[in-house]
Amino acid sequence: MKYQSQKVALYYIYGALTLFAAQIVFGVVAGTVYVFPNFLSEVLPFNVIRMIHTNALIVWLLMGYFGAAYYLLPEECETEIHSPKLAIIQFWLFMAAALAAVVCYILGIHEGREFLEQPLPIKVAIVVVALIFLYNSTLTLLKGRKTAISNVLIVGLWFVALLFLFAFYNPANLSLDKMYWWYVIHLWVEGVWELIMASILAFLMIKMTGVDREVIEKWLYVMVSLSLFTGILGTGHHYLWIGTPGYWQWIGNVFSTLEIVPFFAMVVFCFYMVWKGGREHPNKAALLWALGCSVMAFFGAGVWGFMHTISSINYYSHGTQITAAHGHLAFYGAYVMLNLAIFTYALPYLRGRAPYNQQLNMWGFWITTSAMAFMTFTLTFAGIVQVHLQRVLGMAYMEVQDQIALFYWMRLGAGVVVLIGVTLIIWSLVVVPRARPATGAVRQTGK
Amino acid sequence: MSERLTKSAARNIFYGGTIFFLVIFLGLTLQSHNYIVTTSTNEDELTASVVAGKHIWERNACINCHTLLGEGAYFAPELGNVWVRYGGKEDPEGARDSLKAWMQSQPSGIEGRRQMPQFNLSDQELDELVDFLKWTSEINTQGWPPNEAG
Repeated sequence: MKYQSQKVALYYIYGALTLFAAQIVFGVVAGTVYVFPNFLSEVLPFNVIRMIHTNALIVWLLMGYFGAAYYLLPEECETEIHSPKLAIIQFWLFMAAALAAVVCYILGIHEGREFLEQPLPIKVAIVVVALIFLYNSTLTLLKGRKTAISNVLIVGLWFVALLFLFAFYNPANLSLDKMYWWYVIHLWVEGVWELIMASILAFLMIKMTGVDREVIEKWLYVMVSLSLFTGILGTGHHYLWIGTPGYWQWIGNVFSTLEIVPFFAMVVFCFYMVWKGGREHPNKAALLWALGCSVMAFFGAGVWGFMHTISSINYYSHGTQITAAHGHLAFYGAYVMLNLAIFTYALPYLRGRAPYNQQLNMWGFWITTSAMAFMTFTLTFAGIVQVHLQRVLGMAYMEVQDQIALFYWMRLGAGVVVLIGVTLIIWSLVVVPRARPATGAVRQTGK
Repeated sequence: MSERLTKSAARNIFYGGTIFFLVIFLGLTLQSHNYIVTTSTNEDELTASVVAGKHIWERNACINCHTLLGEGAYFAPELGNVWVRYGGKEDPEGARDSLKAWMQSQPSGIEGRRQMPQFNLSDQELDELVDFLKWTSEINTQGWPPNEAG
């Protein structure tokens, strides 16, 4: 760690890991309700459990991006963060807003659009958090060296904030409501979040492979171009059955099929850079997470997305367990693993240690990733059976659910294994072994 | 990657291309907005009661169990066409009464069956919610869902 102000990233990483744990616990609870439907039904209904599961995910991922930005901006810009104090205030405001949201949900206070359930004052607090961040990071960027990585990252985060403003627009006409709702949801996860993902992966590749910056940054621009050129009009695959015009079927089919290309480019990029660099970086766990991220994002977002994106298939699969399967692996592969890659890389530097708990961390990687893959398979099979019985044969929804109960048992099993894997990961990141403080750790920064 | 593509060229392609696709997207959204308001939904039947029903739908986070036009949680049945499924086209009064009675009788408490909470809605609120579901079922959704099961 070269710059003192990078330390503020620690707040964000620990905060993110806390909410990560909450997200997984509520996920397991939700999975339990699927097999024991009366479980907690009087105390904590399923809709509240799910709200906490999805919201905790979104908030901890965002918190991770802020942390990643505060960690990498000083190194990229070669200057201290404009105001570390402001960054810490921003963190506590964000964390307080997140915890307040959880309490509100449990008390039944919330708005009612999926993922945007935060009560209005909390939405306003999120905007304030974003404004503090944009002010702080943009001034840091302006006073220092401007690299492609920092530019793309900050452009991505600016658009995250701008697009969130559509969360305040809730038209009375349901079709309009849905159309603009996707401005936040789709243009985040299949648009500007990919900018954040590509720039953080590029940063990690520069640091860990030692490949020339010129080469990596050129790749970065190509990857983010592919992301947005396909992703913006790829929104069409959500405009199929909500009252929007029929031409979106064609646009959605063409552009969302191409959405797999940027994810494939990221796989090629990561593996090619590691091969080309040919360097042995001591933090093997971080490299594993970075490579794993590109691969699992390709399968979860790319392949599983493509599987049901063509309108003639989506006509049958829309809103079934197939969507749930895709959602789980896409978020895990692309954004959870991305955050864990940068956390695993940055924490040893932030704590002035040589990479620690590598074995444990990598066990966490393989256990969690395998369990997420298994969960995705079970939900996919559940979805295929559901599509056939419900959408083709016309059997009633609840009868179909009884037919696929076995898959929900297997999903719960996978969820419990994920919980174990995540416990190992968090433990390996947070609990530093007592052993000798490494003298070389501080000097490793940079390369 | 090819030597002919310089970093600044790649950057210009990124910014230029993004603006290009964004402009197309915004144009199409504008056209779609117009299409929704004039063609695919009954904007003139968007009464105060339907709007109130939408807010009741939101206030109780129905979307986090049910799907509506295929979006939402996948824990409970699709409700975009529940009006049709309950026979609202042939017998509007009967469908309305059945839907209201269903919501009033929850939770069923049956062991091993998914439980819908009791939301304690007044008779007027129940009517408004049904109005919203009826209005939703009349959106032109390009023929989705494939059948009444939703």
